[in-house]
Amino acid sequence: MRRIIAILMENEPGALSRVVGLFSQRGYNIETLNVAPTDDPTLSRLTLTTIGDDRHMEQITKHLNRLVDVVKLVDLTEGAHIERDMMLIKVRAAGADRDELKRTTDIFRGQIVDVAPSSYTIQLAGTTEKLDAFVAAVGDAQILEVVRSGVAGIARGEKVLRP
Amino acid sequence: MDQRTVELLSGGEMVARALEDEGVEFIFGYPGGAVLHIYDALFKSNGTPHVLVRHEQAATHAADGYARATGKPGVVLVTSGPGATNAVTGIATAYMDSIPMVVFSGQVATHLIGEDAFQETDMVGISRPIVKHSFMVRHASELPTTIKKAFTLATTGRPGPVVIDIPKDITRPDEKFEYSYPESVRMRSYAPSQKGHSGQTRKAAKLLLSAKRPMIYSGGGVILGEGSDELIALARHLNYPVTNTLMGLGAFPGTDRQFLGMLGMHGFYEANMAMHNADVILAVGARFDDRVTNTVSKFCPGARIIHIDIDPASISKTVSAHIPIVGPVKAVLTDLLEQVKSTQSKAEETLPDAGALARWWSQIEEWRSNHGLLTGRRYGESDYIMPQDVIRSLYRATDGDAYVTSDVGQHQMFAAQYYPFDKPRRWINSGGLGTMGFGLPAAMGVKLAFPEAEVACVTGEGSIQMNIQELSTCRQYNTPVKIVNLRNNYLGMVKQWQDMQYEGRYAMSTYEDSLPDFMKLVEAYGHVGITVRDKNDLDAAMDEAFALRDRLVFLDVYVDPMEHVYPMHVAPNGSMKDMWLSKSERS
Repeated sequence: MRRIIAILMENEPGALSRVVGLFSQRGYNIETLNVAPTDDPTLSRLTLTTIGDDRHMEQITKHLNRLVDVVKLVDLTEGAHIERDMMLIKVRAAGADRDELKRTTDIFRGQIVDVAPSSYTIQLAGTTEKLDAFVAAVGDAQILEVVRSGVAGIARGEKVLRP
Repeated sequence: MDQRTVELLSGGEMVARALEDEGVEFIFGYPGGAVLHIYDALFKSNGTPHVLVRHEQAATHAADGYARATGKPGVVLVTSGPGATNAVTGIATAYMDSIPMVVFSGQVATHLIGEDAFQETDMVGISRPIVKHSFMVRHASELPTTIKKAFTLATTGRPGPVVIDIPKDITRPDEKFEYSYPESVRMRSYAPSQKGHSGQTRKAAKLLLSAKRPMIYSGGGVILGEGSDELIALARHLNYPVTNTLMGLGAFPGTDRQFLGMLGMHGFYEANMAMHNADVILAVGARFDDRVTNTVSKFCPGARIIHIDIDPASISKTVSAHIPIVGPVKAVLTDLLEQVKSTQSKAEETLPDAGALARWWSQIEEWRSNHGLLTGRRYGESDYIMPQDVIRSLYRATDGDAYVTSDVGQHQMFAAQYYPFDKPRRWINSGGLGTMGFGLPAAMGVKLAFPEAEVACVTGEGSIQMNIQELSTCRQYNTPVKIVNLRNNYLGMVKQWQDMQYEGRYAMSTYEDSLPDFMKLVEAYGHVGITVRDKNDLDAAMDEAFALRDRLVFLDVYVDPMEHVYPMHVAPNGSMKDMWLSKSERS
């Protein structure tokens, strides 16, 4: 099962490598990874997605909690949450394709953020599934380059992740 | 932070002073370019004694041995590059056995980092998977707090090694900063458990008292957590049988009637049988290592398991616990005994079931008298000296009260089986990582901590040669340990596996005629060598070695090269109860 783990950690050199290293050392896989400082510049917020069963996840969270740099963490998939992945996708856009791509982008509520004679760069945010659907709709033949931020997530409602 | 007068010190001086303020008794290390400012500060302050080893690996093992014997953190100081990488094996050894250690490694100057400078290596990166935590110091003013954090992390919660990597420019003598060593430090992300959950402890007490076939299985955590007295009190109160892991030997007295010996791959028959047949297992400070459990899916099929450990990540890692209790073993065992007593006083019937317990004990006694290693001679005779007899002779000569370090292999298992330890911190071996070359430097660290105590290093020709250069360090610092070499001219444990699983094809496990003359070798280092070939000379030679109180003695004992360590778990696919008891007999 796919899990989204949100981690609050010290914004220190080496902290990220400890988290990532833990996954490779223990044979766990990271699907996506997203990290940036928070409103408190001494803290970084990291969101990562991984695949694992309950037993697996228990081990991962225990080991993550054991890292001295990790202040707090939560498995967002345990409750209601919002997740967003952001994509910039450069597509071949010439002739009649230009209109078609514009329509598809509108349907997915994306924006064309760069226009060149034979290409568009489109920005799109949403769940991983939505982004995958857009990529499928555009089709391999049109795609020149894809960059995705990885999932960022937050719990719904009153629940907050603070130190 | 307290309000002491503020002094101005250089980074190098801060390291030297902080070690004094921390109460460090010994630094084990080796100088080099990147740490010369620190060494100069140590020289000038003339504070904490420094032990110059002959190889940085030995510095970590010596600090490790010191830490295991005393319970205090071992301290290591090495230079950058090769100094740091040589220390890696010893750091990993300490990490696997959760030994408190603080390692200071020099680093090239800040402006050179990343430029492939002379003797540069990314020590924080290399050591990351084998440390509890690590620091790269970016400014001298960070040193006091960083050092305090390192000692705090190394010694609290589940202990472990901490690396502090210090670029050379941070320690330069001409730049001085305010120094004040903090009494304590807080880390918002670090709060090891101080106490077990009382509801869980109450449930554990009830389950423990409901047992008909109980077992107490305790590991190295009981020694690290100073929980031996509490373990003994609980076991005595309940009259339950106790087994110890390789790392836990001595936490419960080895000569006690309630003690069933070590468990696991080379564990005692009665310990493994009792585990397999138990209905309730109390696991304390143990981690269900693969050398204990044999095939996990067949492990103790009828048992309900209570698992006490300071580290939540150890609980249900390989074997699921029915009642997990996260907390320091000393506090949890104290609470558990109180809960047991209170449950007993409230219960209508007598708990535990006395009849069932008596039947359980009579079953255990039957196992013990049939196959116990200490209730009869379970090994053969030959023209050679039997390795087991060497350990028995060592036990006799030291009244069972020595600090015994070991290397890794058959000799390690023989020592664990035939030298029953009655006290914690007496048995010092690399259980988790299995590091050959550990024994001699570890013995050195122990002897420095306890100069009056008898310290023996049980070893083999393979292991001893991995750090034999430390004979020179022993000479310099006068650490008269006794080295007992079980000499069989093979890498014994490798050979045993080749006998059992590779039809006796001894792939690269013999030295042929290449072994040195150990007598000449130890004499060259200024020590005493004694060779024993005849079994009739064994006891006298052992006594002679220990009579030479002020000399390091290397006892080279020629033992039966064909002997195997038994019992041995049947693998693969065996359970706890599946053991070879000799070359031809299975449980």
